[in-house]
Amino acid sequence: MIPSLLGISLVLFTVLAMAPGDPFEELATNPAVPPEVRAALRAKFGLDDPVWTRYLHWLVAMIHGDWGFSFVSRMDVDKLILQRLPVTLIVIGSSQIIAMLVALPVGVLAATRPYSLFDQVANTLAFVGFSLPTFFTGLLFILVFSIQLDWLPFVYRANIDATGWQFYWEHIKQSIMPVMVLGLFQGASLVRFVRSSVLDVIKLDYVTTARSKGIGERKVITKHVVRNALIPVVTLVALQLPIVFGGAIVTEQIFRVPGIGSLLISSMLSNDTPVVMAVTFVIACLVVFFNLLADIIYGWLDPRISYR
Amino acid sequence: MNEHDLHGLIGKVKAGKMSRRGFVQRMMAVGIAAPFATQLLVHSGVAMAQAKDTYKPTKAGGGGPLKVLWWQGPTLLNPHFAVGTKDQDGSRLFYEPLAAWDAEGNLKAKLAAVIPTRENGGLSADGKSVTWKLKQNVKWHDGKPFTADDAIFNWEYAKDPATASVTIGSYQDVMVEKVDQYTIVVKFAKPTPFWADAYVGTRGMLIPKHLFAEYIGAKSRDAPTNLKPVGTGPYMFKDFKPGDMVMGVINPNYHQANRPYFDSIEMKGGGDAVSAARAVLQTGEFDFAWNMQVEDEILSRLEKGGKGRVQVTPGGNIEHMQLNTTDPWTEVDGERSSIKTKHPTLSDPAVRQAIALIIDNKSIEQHIYGRTGPATRDFLNNPERYRSKANPIEFNVDKASDLLEKAGWKKGSDGIRAKDGKKLKFVYQTSINQPRQKTQAIIKQAAQKAGIDMELKSVTASVFFSSDVANPDTYTKFYCDLQMYTTTMSQPDPQVFMNQFTSWEVSTKENKWQGRNITRWRNEEYDKIFRASENELDPVKRTALFIKMNDMAVQNQVVLGVVMRPTVSALGTKLNAQISGWDNNTSDLSDWFKEA
Repeated sequence: MIPSLLGISLVLFTVLAMAPGDPFEELATNPAVPPEVRAALRAKFGLDDPVWTRYLHWLVAMIHGDWGFSFVSRMDVDKLILQRLPVTLIVIGSSQIIAMLVALPVGVLAATRPYSLFDQVANTLAFVGFSLPTFFTGLLFILVFSIQLDWLPFVYRANIDATGWQFYWEHIKQSIMPVMVLGLFQGASLVRFVRSSVLDVIKLDYVTTARSKGIGERKVITKHVVRNALIPVVTLVALQLPIVFGGAIVTEQIFRVPGIGSLLISSMLSNDTPVVMAVTFVIACLVVFFNLLADIIYGWLDPRISYR
Repeated sequence: MNEHDLHGLIGKVKAGKMSRRGFVQRMMAVGIAAPFATQLLVHSGVAMAQAKDTYKPTKAGGGGPLKVLWWQGPTLLNPHFAVGTKDQDGSRLFYEPLAAWDAEGNLKAKLAAVIPTRENGGLSADGKSVTWKLKQNVKWHDGKPFTADDAIFNWEYAKDPATASVTIGSYQDVMVEKVDQYTIVVKFAKPTPFWADAYVGTRGMLIPKHLFAEYIGAKSRDAPTNLKPVGTGPYMFKDFKPGDMVMGVINPNYHQANRPYFDSIEMKGGGDAVSAARAVLQTGEFDFAWNMQVEDEILSRLEKGGKGRVQVTPGGNIEHMQLNTTDPWTEVDGERSSIKTKHPTLSDPAVRQAIALIIDNKSIEQHIYGRTGPATRDFLNNPERYRSKANPIEFNVDKASDLLEKAGWKKGSDGIRAKDGKKLKFVYQTSINQPRQKTQAIIKQAAQKAGIDMELKSVTASVFFSSDVANPDTYTKFYCDLQMYTTTMSQPDPQVFMNQFTSWEVSTKENKWQGRNITRWRNEEYDKIFRASENELDPVKRTALFIKMNDMAVQNQVVLGVVMRPTVSALGTKLNAQISGWDNNTSDLSDWFKEA
């Protein structure tokens, strides 16, 4: 894990250092700001040092728990990220829950009645769902639900001036679209995966045995089939997490959700290297963490897998 | 015809674009009698010197929340560090200057008791000092009084190079002295006709001494107040998330009566311009959106929703074409476009005139920019009093061909004109931006008809506008024959704006291409006129000098105006907001209100 994070940071740092422009670009085109100010700022933030010394500085500071200082906002990067992280976690977390809630029943039901009308409809919809990129469905949702029907707001506001039920209702209303866009995209590919995984298991001998013992169909499916079929699905959910984060960056930009994804984009556009480094680092850590979580869930699903 | 349309028409009369008779006729056409129409003009100040105050609310507060959308949110809230307009606009919710610029480029007192003039003794006869009387009984948001000490402190803070403030340019060359608790004097080393730089507009927002005194110089970045502003403005700080939102609540002790109207303000950032326009014009989720860099066609379509309107505010920004006077294809002492060279073909006046004739400004306005880009040939267009009337737009391909023919540029078998073995082939560059590529196409087409070949080049904006010394494609290097971009004029005084043609500002390798004269045109007479304008204290004579400078640049085809780029904002139907092209979008925030 540590070597991979090191590698990621090194590549990122070099690419960012080679990209054109610098965080004080806007000053250069403003005639009222003397060039010396820009030079002083560059010197102050160490932008004139060679790339490798800057990288070493960053690395040493990072090891000591210092995430750096944003050039653009002039505040500590960890504070900036802590402001944004909860929103991203809530949006991504609830979209994953939606994805599971949709994919599991639909996938299982489709597999138990293969090639029925329900299976075909579910398959078609799933295909459409994961073929459409999130930026497209996002815009489509805005056009339909915000502009045509005027039901939901399309600008996400983290600070809502309300209390009690009103507060939660407003939050749910503005979260519906971003969560649905992400959740349905994720859910669509999961449906296909759950279906094929269940189909694999349902033909196995022990399922036939269970049925012949006279256990009810419902119990056979939930106790014997689904639990075993879930093992590959959990792997997929964990592996797809980077894609979800990618999707979240786009969705956050479209709905103006103040999460780490939109922070990443704006920092990239303004060449704010410390923030870009930190956000990618956080995303990398989250991906590693969720893989760990998947390993733990394996143990619960199939005790044979866990370490003794 | 609603009130906003009316205001627009009256504005036209004021600016001299529409005659009074034309106005009255328009009014009669919609059923307003002639005497009443004339009355309208009188009340709008066309006959008077000062525009009338349009603020209607009779008490402070009660307006509910004001929700505004900046598609790039403010990232810091210290006006002395505010790099872009978004940061300045955000800081302006809480901080105020002594005076602000209004839409016509006139001063409006904010923290000053009066605007200094010669009559009230504020301006000295020799043009070397300005006396500002500060407003009394103004309190910072934490209750401490605002005094001359604060004003002096801002000067000390900004001029210290270790602070690395972006406002240093306005403060480093002046001396500021305290006369009494509410009076300061700004002193200049030499007669300065444009005295309203320090303490005014975007560069004049004042921060409190008692909270920043310990953080002057190198410690400036550690000040906790950098992120939690305490100012004198209409709203008090509530919350700030960089890049996402700024929130403020009404300042109950605001120093102007009956203001502000709104109980709270929320400035949301992020997203893109088109969806920001939608949130105001189509769904009405927000009351105001900033900087609508959206094609006019789309804006007009969104406006049909009836929830909002687009407001266009004239400013000095100008999309213009530059003609290189040096040779971009020969390297001398390690730089191309060196002033030691002359352009092989563009040095012929006939060629330059021909290029002026093939720019179809009117079509560019009509088909590309619409309301967001009125056609013009001048470089200096606003404030209106500085606009030259001597440079009409002329688009005439036949005349251009004639001119070239007479000057000896004959068409070859490939349809391209040539003389003495030199072909009329130009590389024409600009940044990547859809309207610019469309403009390039229109000009290339006309050029082809006249026998001029144009190779179009487009450079990513982040490279084109960067100051990267190693990159050959930046606009300041100008390593091609023609280029087009928008140059900004941030103050209503053209002094800094017009230095773009002086010989000491030439962009060269020596000054790391940071000089402002990109075309590298040098002219002794121009330099002399510019020097004169720096010391001319008679405003009328000085205006004439600026008009002369514009005419010299345009008539020698150094630069050719394409379209003006006014400030375009989207407003909810009921919102009444005065926007100035010479100051921050939020400069007059205390006077914003919603019509009942």
